[in-house]
Amino acid sequence: MGAATGARRAGMFFSLVNPNFMSLRNFARIGISMTLPPLMVAVGVTFIIIMGSIDLSMEGAVAVCAVVFAAIFMWLGGTLASWAWLALPACIVVGALYGLLNGLVHVKLRIPSFMASLSMGFVGIGLSLLMTGGDRIRVEDKIFRSLLTERYFGFPLMVHVALLVILIAWFIQSRTAIGRNFYAVGGGEELAHASGLDVKRVRVLGFMLAGVFYALGALFAVAQIGIAETATGYNFMFVSITSVVVGGTALWGGNGGVWNTLVGVLIVNVINNGMIVMGLPRYLQDGVLGLLVILAGRPVDGSQIPRIREVSGPCLS
Amino acid sequence: MDKGVGMVFQEQSLIGNLTVMENIFLGFERQFVKFGIVDWKKMAAAARYQLAKVKLSIDPKMVTSKLSFAQRQLVELAKVLTLEERVHGDLVILLDEPTSVLAKEEVQLLFKLVRELRSRASFIFVSHRLDEVLELSDRVYVMKDGEVVDHVETSVATAESIQHKMVGHDINKEYYREEKQFAYDPAKVLVELDAISLAGKYKDISLSLHAGEVLTLVGTEGSGREAIIRTIFGMQKPQSGSVTVKGRKITTYSADAAVANGIGYIPRERKIEGIVAGMSVYENLTLSQMGRYSRFGFLRIGDEKALAREWIKKLSIKASSEYADCGNLSGGNQQKVVLSKWRSGGSDIILLDHPTRGLDIGAKEDVYEMVRAMSADGVGIILIADTLEEAIGLSHTIAVIKDGEIQKRFDGKPGHKPSLFDLIHYMI
Repeated sequence: MGAATGARRAGMFFSLVNPNFMSLRNFARIGISMTLPPLMVAVGVTFIIIMGSIDLSMEGAVAVCAVVFAAIFMWLGGTLASWAWLALPACIVVGALYGLLNGLVHVKLRIPSFMASLSMGFVGIGLSLLMTGGDRIRVEDKIFRSLLTERYFGFPLMVHVALLVILIAWFIQSRTAIGRNFYAVGGGEELAHASGLDVKRVRVLGFMLAGVFYALGALFAVAQIGIAETATGYNFMFVSITSVVVGGTALWGGNGGVWNTLVGVLIVNVINNGMIVMGLPRYLQDGVLGLLVILAGRPVDGSQIPRIREVSGPCLS
Repeated sequence: MDKGVGMVFQEQSLIGNLTVMENIFLGFERQFVKFGIVDWKKMAAAARYQLAKVKLSIDPKMVTSKLSFAQRQLVELAKVLTLEERVHGDLVILLDEPTSVLAKEEVQLLFKLVRELRSRASFIFVSHRLDEVLELSDRVYVMKDGEVVDHVETSVATAESIQHKMVGHDINKEYYREEKQFAYDPAKVLVELDAISLAGKYKDISLSLHAGEVLTLVGTEGSGREAIIRTIFGMQKPQSGSVTVKGRKITTYSADAAVANGIGYIPRERKIEGIVAGMSVYENLTLSQMGRYSRFGFLRIGDEKALAREWIKKLSIKASSEYADCGNLSGGNQQKVVLSKWRSGGSDIILLDHPTRGLDIGAKEDVYEMVRAMSADGVGIILIADTLEEAIGLSHTIAVIKDGEIQKRFDGKPGHKPSLFDLIHYMI
């Protein structure tokens, strides 16, 4: 994977500029404090981008999932040692429902996915604000927070859970019919249709699956900071989509995958941390990431760009 | 355009949401612009002047989409005639199948206009309707397979003589390989079309396809044969009439229902609708039979690969292995993958749309061989052939379609093949 060497090179560059960069503490910060929740979100949106669609609803979805989880968790006792553990599956279900709704709006109302999901994202932000009234819900359960505090083999429990999730995602991508169908739809929608695939169903399922991963991202985010609020998903959209694109998954669909996304997230975080360590001002950091997306997102050879589809088509990308 | 060559397209090239005058001067608005502001009155006046040339008295401020097809055709002509003011020297105007969307009276109107405009410009007229060609033109160039075969003065030409030129010399009977064709089973009907119609595409089409039969739809581009195939595959619902597949009347028109009924479709655009480039041979093979090659949603990849190996051997597909990327295979081998996709899934009705397009001679022979083999296996095949020779050589039955209607049916059994001339006579 060429991108992995990219991450290493970027790391070497920043250690030259600031020798503290590769210190262990910094490495741990790269690994834990920022990466995991957006990584989960990025893995989810990977499936959608493989289909040749886009999902911009993640910030709203994460906020809703986080707030619903925290509310149920606190209501049922506030510790995993009680019935409050039910809040975990509830959160996943909420994520799936959110994705289902997102996909249905896109497919049934024939709204292009970027527009449908962008609007659904705003709806989510509004919904979470409505539920919290702008407040923060504190989740201070020791057992739940052990995701962050417990360490095995030098890494927090969270990292191991995330690895397991990625393995599951990889399994879905390469070993299940729905995973294959994502690639087929992204590789050629007309073709998938002409092979008798129910393209609309595949799309809706894709958004649903992504919703599940957003819910996992929400759980990780809450475990990390101990707070659920409207802003829990702040900036996840840009970071996750940047990571997917930088990892090499093409925006027009049909290729890439979960491992690409993992590498993409690592690259983006190495660069992000590098810029922080170098002391670049915040606005420059955003600018650099933006440039990175442009560089990574451009088509490598012209023939790969698909034809622009008509808005009135049976299914929209 | 700068050289004085204008074109009136078959697929209309006006922008529907702009006004008539905006369309006429599209790209050349600068002559009406002063200080960055368009002088609409001046443009309207100029547009009226252009419209008068084609004897069209409509408001140039009308939105183009509200015009009839015939009116739009004239607006397009008016747009081309603006060249008169812009270009010095003689005008040449290309009319590419301008009559295909027009009614009979409208065609006459257009022809009258073209005759009058001959003093202003020369016209090149492309049409598949022979009677129109003879009526309008002074000289006819006959083209066949991308080459000019002959040219004649219309005054001495007849429909017959032109048709003969289009046929060319008689081809070798060997090409047909009649001895390799198998008789089909007339007792077993696979697909029955009962008077299906779809406005603007086809009208009152009744056909039946039997087990082992190769049924070829012959006609010019846009004669409606593609639409008929897409209807059988469930992608286009007919407005009236019914489609019956294996004794069951079709109620839901969708591609997945068609696939479930055992229909396989091999589209003309191999790259877009045939194979997924970037996916391996085995992944492409099972695309239409995901249900059979997965259990509870989990893929049975071992079985998929075994299937791919089996068909690679059976059709001698030139691929390094079942993992080979289909995008890197040659056209003929891609076509084999598409064919085996349907055959391995047990489809016994195969729709072939230009299966040999873009293939070299050897690969074409392979495709013919596969068609004959499928026919021998009792598969019903509906074919849109790349050439008429192909159509005659492969089929048991030929239906000639013109302007969406069946003009003539030929029995193509070995020994009673129709000639190229017979087909062309009904095609145009």
